[in-house]
Amino acid sequence: MRVVVDLTRCQGYGQCVFAAPGVFRMPHAESLMYSGDADRDQVLRAAAACPVQAVLVDEDTVLGRPEGPATPHGDTPVGRIVIVGASLTGLRAAATLRREGYRGALTMIGDEPGEPYDRPPLSKQALTGRSATLDTSLPRRIELDAEWMRGVAAVGVDLDHRRVHLADGRAVEYDRLLIATGVRARPWPNPQEAALDGVVVLRTRQDAEDLRRRLAARPRVLVIGGGFTGSEIASVCRELDLRVTLAERGPAPLQGALGKVIGQIAADMQRDHGVDLRCGVTVTALEGDREGRLCRARLSDGSVLDVELAVAALGSVCNVDWLEGSGLAAGPWGVGCDAGCRVFNANGMVRDDVFVAGDVARFPHPVYGYRFLTLEHWGNAVGQARVAAHNMISAPADRQPHLALPVFWSAQFGVNIKAVGVPAFSDEVVIAQGSVAERRFVAVYGHRGRISAAVTFDQAMWLDFYRDLIEKAAPFPPDADMVGRQAEMRPVPAGIAVRAPAIQDATVVVTGDDLEGRRATLLGAHGSGETVR
Amino acid sequence: MTTAYERFLDYANRADPYPLFPELRETPVARQPDGSYVVSTYREIVALLHDPRVSSDLRNLPEIANIRIAPDDAAPQLPPEFIRRDPPDHDRLRAMVMKHFGPPGAPGRVAGMEPRILQITTELIDRLADRHRIDIVDDFAYPLPVTVICELLGVPREDEPLFHRWSQIAVGTNDPTTGSLVERNRRRFETMAQLGRYLDGLADAHLRAPGDDLLSALVTDDEPARPDVLSTAALLLIAGHETTVNLIANGMLTLLRHPHVLDRLRREPGYAVKVVEELLRYEPPIHMPGPRRTALADITIAGTTIPKGSVIVLVLASGSRDPARFADPDRFDPDRPDNQHLGFGGGIHYCFGAPLARLETRLALGELARRLSGPRLVTDPPPYRPTPNLRGPEHLLIDVDGIRAADDPVRPERVLHP
Ligand SMILES: Cc1cc2nc3c(=O)[nH]c(=O)nc-3n(C[C@H](O)[C@H](O)[C@H](O)COP(=O)(O)OP(=O)(O)OC[C@H]3O[C@@H](n4cnc5c(N)ncnc54)[C@H](O)[C@@H]3O)c2cc1C
Ligand code: HEM
Ligand code: SF4
Repeated sequence: MRVVVDLTRCQGYGQCVFAAPGVFRMPHAESLMYSGDADRDQVLRAAAACPVQAVLVDEDTVLGRPEGPATPHGDTPVGRIVIVGASLTGLRAAATLRREGYRGALTMIGDEPGEPYDRPPLSKQALTGRSATLDTSLPRRIELDAEWMRGVAAVGVDLDHRRVHLADGRAVEYDRLLIATGVRARPWPNPQEAALDGVVVLRTRQDAEDLRRRLAARPRVLVIGGGFTGSEIASVCRELDLRVTLAERGPAPLQGALGKVIGQIAADMQRDHGVDLRCGVTVTALEGDREGRLCRARLSDGSVLDVELAVAALGSVCNVDWLEGSGLAAGPWGVGCDAGCRVFNANGMVRDDVFVAGDVARFPHPVYGYRFLTLEHWGNAVGQARVAAHNMISAPADRQPHLALPVFWSAQFGVNIKAVGVPAFSDEVVIAQGSVAERRFVAVYGHRGRISAAVTFDQAMWLDFYRDLIEKAAPFPPDADMVGRQAEMRPVPAGIAVRAPAIQDATVVVTGDDLEGRRATLLGAHGSGETVR
Repeated sequence: MTTAYERFLDYANRADPYPLFPELRETPVARQPDGSYVVSTYREIVALLHDPRVSSDLRNLPEIANIRIAPDDAAPQLPPEFIRRDPPDHDRLRAMVMKHFGPPGAPGRVAGMEPRILQITTELIDRLADRHRIDIVDDFAYPLPVTVICELLGVPREDEPLFHRWSQIAVGTNDPTTGSLVERNRRRFETMAQLGRYLDGLADAHLRAPGDDLLSALVTDDEPARPDVLSTAALLLIAGHETTVNLIANGMLTLLRHPHVLDRLRREPGYAVKVVEELLRYEPPIHMPGPRRTALADITIAGTTIPKGSVIVLVLASGSRDPARFADPDRFDPDRPDNQHLGFGGGIHYCFGAPLARLETRLALGELARRLSGPRLVTDPPPYRPTPNLRGPEHLLIDVDGIRAADDPVRPERVLHP
C-alpha cells in the first residue's frame, strides 16, 4: 500500500511511528521518514492514529465516476478538461474535479513515464538507500477515470481553438485547460562541464536513482548551492559518511530564503555535522579526466577540490517553453494568474478557460501586499490545485481565492525545519521560543511592524499559532508572555536582500478555515475593512 | 441560574452530558462565576492547545506556588509532573521518558508489547468461562491496563490496592466540584507525596536490581534527578490506569448500543482501529483535562478576552462533537473520514500514552467482540464514576450466553437490533 505523509500538516506527534515502526521512522527529534510502499495493516493503523490526519494512503473506497449532470456548475458547458503536467499538482487537481462532481472527459498529459510520484523524499530518505525501492508513487485517493497520455510532452497551445498540441503530433481539445508543468532543475550553466560524467542535478525520480547509485560508490562530493535542496543533499552525504563540500555564493546556506539569522544557524549546523562549508565563493570550473569523468572543481577563492561528484543545486527553471508564442503571460517568472488561478494573457487580462497551479504558477497574495509569488512548495501545489480545479468547474460567483499561507518543510541534519508565511518579506526577526543552542526554536519574522512569517526548528507544533497571527496581521514582535521563552525577546534585522519596492503596504487579514469560507479583508485607514473576493 | 458548564459538572448529567454541549458551544469561550474560562468549540480548543501564551503550570498563580505541604509529613513534596509543566522543562522531562518508550530512542517498544497484551486479554476472558453475568469494568477493563502499566513501569501488581487509593484521590483533585483550586492542589501535592514515597522505595530496589521496565531505565539513567523521576512515574502510573479502563468500558457500552458495529467488529478485527478512534471522539474518557491551564497574557479569542492569570478549561469532548467540525457529530460512525478528534488532546501535551491506550483498546474490544457470545446490557445507562472530567462507568454489567474459546473461529451470529 502506498503512503505519503503531508509533511506540511505533520506536527511530529510520532503516532505513526508507534503504530507502524516498520514503515515510519523518526530517527531524530521530529523529522519523519517513511518508505513509500508498505504493509497495509500497519499503514492503516498509522493513518488512523495520526492526530492531524496527515498520513495519506490509497483509499479503499475508490469512488466511481460521480452521477449527476454533465455541467454541475457554471453556464458554459464543461465537458472536456485537459491537465498538462501529471505530477502532484495535476493529480490533486484531477482528484478535486472528480470529488466535486465533474463527470466530463479528463485528459492527463505528462512527459514523464510511469505514475505520478512524490518529489520531497528524493532529496532525503530516498537517497540514503534505506527504503528498498525508490518508489515514491503518490497514493490513489480517488478513481480518476482519466485518459492518461504518459511520456509525451505538450508543445503548444492554441487558445483560439482551445487545443493542446503534443510532441507526437496529436492535438487534444479542451473546454478548460490546467497548466501544471512545474519547474525543472537549473542545469550547470557551462554545457561542456555539465556533460561531464559526475555532474548531476536532482529533480526527477530518474535523477534520484542516478544520484543514489553514484553515492553508493562513495565519491568525494561537491554540492553547488546552499538552498534547501543543496543542504538536504549535503545532509544525506554526511549521513552516509561521505566527504562533502558545499559551495554557496551567499554568506550562509538558506540565507536567501530565511535570512541572515537562520542562515548563520544553518551554517553552524552544517559544520557541526562535518560538511566542508564554503560560503561567499562560486564554482568557476568543473574539470574532467580523459574519460570525461569529473575529477576537479575550481572555486573563485582559488582553491581546487578533487571531487568525483558535483550536484548542481542552483534552483529551478519554469517549464514554460511550450507556451512560447501562445499569447499567455508565461515567461521565466512562471505563468501569471489571478488569485483564482485564471491565467493572464499577454495583455495582463485573465482568461476564463485556462488555469494554472503549482510550482509554475505566479499569483498575487493579498497578505503580502498583493505581490506576485511563485512558491515551489508541496503544500502550495496541493492547495492551489484544489482552488484551480474548483474554479474550473464553478460559476463566477462560486469561484474561490487561493489565500492559503505558504507552509514549507525541510529535513536536514536531523532537524525538521518548517516555515509558515514568506520570511523573505520581512525586515526583522526574533527568537520567540526555544533555544538556538539546542536547535529547537521558533523564529518570528516581522514586516513593518506586523508578523509576516515564522520558522521552526523541531518545534512544528507551534506553527499554526503563528499562522493565525499572520492571518490576523498581528503586531510584531509577538507577545513576550509565552511558554518556552528562554531568552529576552530582542528583534534583530532579518538580513534579507529586499527585493520588493518600498511601496506603502496594504494590511490584509484572512479569516475562515475551510476553502469555502476563506476571505481576505483589506483594512482601511480607520481599521474597518471591506471584504475582497 | 446555573451555567451550562455547571450543569455539565453536576453528577445528575453524568450518564448523558452530550445534550448540554450545544448550549455550551453557544458561548465558545464562557466566563464562569469562579472566574475561569470554559472553552467548548473545536476551533478555539485547538487554537488554545497550540497557543504558547497558555501555560500548564499552575505555579504561575502565587496561591498555588506557595503551597507547602505540612512539614511533619514524612513524604517530601514532589515537583509537578510534566503534564503540569511548561517548556523547556516539560519537553526535557517528556523526552527523558520518551527515550525509553518511543521514537527516536525506542520506536518499537509499544508495538512489541502486543503479544503480551493479547495474552493478558486472553487470560482475563478465559477466566470468565462459566459466567453468564460479567462486570466489564471489574472483570476486564480495569485489570487489563493496570497489569500492563505495572509491568511497563516495574510496579508490583500486588500493590494495586495501595496505589489505587492515591491515584483515585489524585484524579479526584481534578474535579472542580470538590473544592477550591487551592484546596484541591494542596490535596494533590499531599497525595503525590505519598505516592512518591512509595515509588521512591521501588526506585531504590530497581537501582539495585534493574529490570527492563521504565522505572529501572529512569533510575539507571544519570540525567534525571530523583524527584523528577518520581513525579514522572507517578504521572504514568495514574494516567496509565485510570484512563484506558474508561475507553474500554465506554467502548463496550457503545458497541452494545450499536450492535451492527459490534457485529462488524466480530467479523473484521481490523475494524477495531477505526472503532477506537471514533470512540475517542464520541465517548472519550477525558471530557476535559483537569483545570490547570492559565493565560500568561490577555488572550483574545472568539471575540472574548481571557485576562492574564485566568484559569482556562478546555472541554475536549464538546469540541469533538462540534457540528462546525464534524458532520452529524452525535452519530457513532467509525467510518467517518478525517476524524481529527480531541480524545488525546493536542499540542505539546498530547497524550504520552496514546499509542499504548490505542493498542490495549484495539485488542480488548476486538477480543471481547470475538469471544463474548450474545452479550447484552443489564442496565442502560450504567452507574458512572463521580468525576466529570474523567468520565466512565463505575460498573458495566452485561449478560452473555457464553464465552467462546480463544481459538474458536468466528461464526455467524444472530444479532439483535434494538
Ligand atoms: C528533490 C526535491 C525535494 C523537495 N523537497 C520539498 C520539501 O521538502 N518541502 C516542500 O514543501 N517541497 C519540496 N519540494 C517541492 C515539491 O516537490 C514541488 O512543489 C511539487 O513537486 C510541485 O508539484 P507540481 O506538480 O506543481 O510540479 P512538478 O512536480 O514539477 O510536476 C510538473 C510535471 O509536469 C511535467 N511537464 C513539464 N513540462 C511538460 C510538458 N510540456 N508537457 C507535459 N508534461 C510536462 C514534468 O515533467 C512534471 O512531471 C521538493 C522538490 C524536489 C525536486
Ligand atoms: C484511553 C486512554 C487515554 C486517554 C483518553 C488519555 C487522554 C489524555 C489527554 C486528553 C491528555 C492531554 C492532557 C492535557 O492536554 O492537559 C493526556 C496526557 C497524558 N497522558 Fe493520556 N490518556 C490515555 C491513556 C494514557 C496512558 C495509558 C498513559 C501512560 C502510559 C497516559 C499518559 C499521559 C501523560 C503522561 C500525559 C501528559 C502528557 C504531557 O503533558 O506531555 N495516558 N492523556
Ligand atoms: S503528525 Fe506526523 S509524525 Fe505525527 S502521526 Fe501524523 S504524520 Fe506521524
